[in-house]
Amino acid sequence: MAIDIRQFHQTFFDESHEGLVSMESALLQIEQGLSTALPNQATTSDPEVLNTIFRVVHSIKGGAGTFGFGWVTDFSHLLETLLDDVRAGHRQVDRPIAGLLLRAVDCLQILLASARSGSSVDPAVIEEVTAELEALHLTPVPAMGIDLAATGAVAGKAGTWRIRFIPKANLFFSGNDPLRVLRELSTLGKLHVETDMGRLPPWAELDPEICYLGWTLELSGNVTRDAITEVFSWIADDCELEIQSIQDQSVAPKAASATAGDSDADQAKARGTSIRVSTHKMDTLVDIVGELVITQTILNQTVAQFGPDSGQRLNAGLAQLERNLRQLQENVMRIRMLPIGFVFNRLPRLVRDISQQLGKQVELKISGEGTELDKTVIERISDPLLHMVRNSLDHGIETPQERRAAGKPEIACIRIDASQRGGHVIVEIEDDGRGLDQDKILKRAVERGLVAANTKLSAEQIAELVFLPGFTTADSVSDLSGRGVGLDVVRNNIYSLGGNIDVRTQAGHGTHFTIRLPLTLAILDGLGVQVGSQTYILPLTSITESMALAPEQIRRLPGGEEIFQFRQEYAPLIRLRRVFGGTPGADDINTGIVVVVEANGRRAGLLVDDLLGQQQIVIKSLESHYRRVDGISAATILGDGTVALILDVGGLVGAVSAPLLNLNSTQSAAVNRPASQSSSPVRALH
Amino acid sequence: MQTASAVDSYLAQTNTDTLCLTFRLSDQDYGIAISKVQEIREWTKVTPLPSSPSYIRGMLNLRGAIVPVIDLRLRFGLDALEHDSSTVIIVVNVGSRLAGILVDTVSDVINVDYDQRRALPEFEGHANRRFIDGLAQIDDRLMVLLNVEKLVTPEDLAPVPQTAGETEQRGAV
Repeated sequence: MAIDIRQFHQTFFDESHEGLVSMESALLQIEQGLSTALPNQATTSDPEVLNTIFRVVHSIKGGAGTFGFGWVTDFSHLLETLLDDVRAGHRQVDRPIAGLLLRAVDCLQILLASARSGSSVDPAVIEEVTAELEALHLTPVPAMGIDLAATGAVAGKAGTWRIRFIPKANLFFSGNDPLRVLRELSTLGKLHVETDMGRLPPWAELDPEICYLGWTLELSGNVTRDAITEVFSWIADDCELEIQSIQDQSVAPKAASATAGDSDADQAKARGTSIRVSTHKMDTLVDIVGELVITQTILNQTVAQFGPDSGQRLNAGLAQLERNLRQLQENVMRIRMLPIGFVFNRLPRLVRDISQQLGKQVELKISGEGTELDKTVIERISDPLLHMVRNSLDHGIETPQERRAAGKPEIACIRIDASQRGGHVIVEIEDDGRGLDQDKILKRAVERGLVAANTKLSAEQIAELVFLPGFTTADSVSDLSGRGVGLDVVRNNIYSLGGNIDVRTQAGHGTHFTIRLPLTLAILDGLGVQVGSQTYILPLTSITESMALAPEQIRRLPGGEEIFQFRQEYAPLIRLRRVFGGTPGADDINTGIVVVVEANGRRAGLLVDDLLGQQQIVIKSLESHYRRVDGISAATILGDGTVALILDVGGLVGAVSAPLLNLNSTQSAAVNRPASQSSSPVRALH
Repeated sequence: MQTASAVDSYLAQTNTDTLCLTFRLSDQDYGIAISKVQEIREWTKVTPLPSSPSYIRGMLNLRGAIVPVIDLRLRFGLDALEHDSSTVIIVVNVGSRLAGILVDTVSDVINVDYDQRRALPEFEGHANRRFIDGLAQIDDRLMVLLNVEKLVTPEDLAPVPQTAGETEQRGAV
């Protein structure tokens, strides 16, 4: 009975991915070192950095060999050979080699992705890099490295070797396969195998999951001891191993196992202390805690009705429960949190590639990579963030010539920072480039019909225009941006996470984007509103303010739509009682309150009967037992145990409203007499 | 014998005795396989759901899960009934989905023997036909065996097309 090794695939892919990320940053580090050194001066790379790279490739090769991903094995073997030369000091990492290695990282990513999903790979990309690696391999190694081999340890000496390889009985349980080792050894040289079947029990006692066999191997060819121990490094702890040189029998076998042990320890260190928890388990925990929170609220309300005297002790207990619960909740949520560095890690490579491609010189400064965010938020913010940095490189940063002409240092700077403020994480992306060109933006917006030609807009409003769909100021559509995926997509992504984005810019001095993200998606700050007999929840982030309106402040358009003046603009009024049907009755503007909400750059007023107060709510999906419902994004459970629906502000507003600025310009023309009476805010919520 | 094949195929796939929970809707007995029933709850107020068919009475908090409650009277086009002390919600579990079924009253748990089964006569054009698995003759009463999966599958829970701002009509589907 074979052990199904597919169960280890996910771990292998995860570890390989993490490994490649660290390999990439190590390569960038080397490249950085090269660029600061004098052009002809050979830099001595930090051996630890090289070792990191080597370990990654070696682990991937070993894992891929075990799981039978032939392409990955072949490719990483080729890469390993090159790295071997570098590590032995036979070859220097110069710019072309570093570049080639970075492209090799990409190839490995592609190959691993294909092994994971079974999708096909464009062989041309891989073949190109493979060919370059092979070409490099054939180039004679510069002479300088030779003396090292001469003075090097005996372990590095090549020759013919006799290897006694006796795996422990439980070898298979660790997912290892001796066949993989034999296969790999046979690639090093001519391999002669003798199988030792002395440990084989009688057939009736044979346990198919136990390894009974041992081998005596003779490996001839130009093989170093290091190369052999590398092959065994994965299973060094699970076998008895003797490696003897046939010419030189005196070499102590102990040396080999010591080397293997070291490399294992190194690998453990490189992996760091992290745990992988299935998201499903996490979600269950989060659910349970959510329920506890609800129970606590229920108890709280019961006690509130008791009166202070009878419930005093109960109150103290409840306070305790509340405190404990909060801690439990915070801790459980923390398990879902990941440092935003997971996203930031991808930026140095991106900046390097693009700045080289554009001939710009850019220094990337990253800070706050330890700031933690919910895993889901991290995953969904990744692409928008990369897109914004790409944008900044393409549009914001000038060429060195332009910068010199403007009296700025030739090397531009992009600063990325993350920090936690209250229940939110603030991500800032700042460049010292040319800033947004207000005239150009306005002109482009008018061309595209996004605003009317004679509109007067403030500087902030103009900057806001870059978030409108179909907007780009790039004169030519480049490979990098301007492919129709613009900042509007970025903003929609951020909105859908319950965050928002602002831009500040100064012509000639740069642009500064500020993204505000919620720490988690499982809990939301909401405002309870009464509509008829029902309570609905509005996400607090979508609310601009709430106010009372007099009937005469509402205009009726020919189509029957109602609009009202809000600050300097007109916004549509949505009477929630009508939208949600349900209870007929007073739909009265005199007694109701208008909550002004904004979503996806559109604004509208929602007419509700009353505001019920702000509370933290646990988000529950409607779709797990039912289906999506228009106008409703999810549900929650109130203090009395009943279900309350969370309004989908984006959907509601989108259904009735045109984009904010568009509405502003077209509809102020439609309404010739704006209300002179200004609306009186009831409660400012922000 | 046009119905013979239907009877055979029906009986072939359900040729075992079935333990059924029986309940009553407007003087008719119905039965559902007890293996699908998770629990029975007394009627509690549910939160009505906008833009949904009238037979979705609303959403119920079932220990933290948000579960739709289907009014079977409205689903079958019967008149709505005032809820009283015997009105109950049968919580059924189909796959990983939960749903509540609102019925007049639950009666009993009985074992429907193989030989008590009766084939459903073929008739045309009635949409509710798909909810019926078969019939059973229990003493002198006729019981309709319902297919729980069909009752609560999401396709069947699709909303009726409706313009926003229009008040939904309660009543027959």
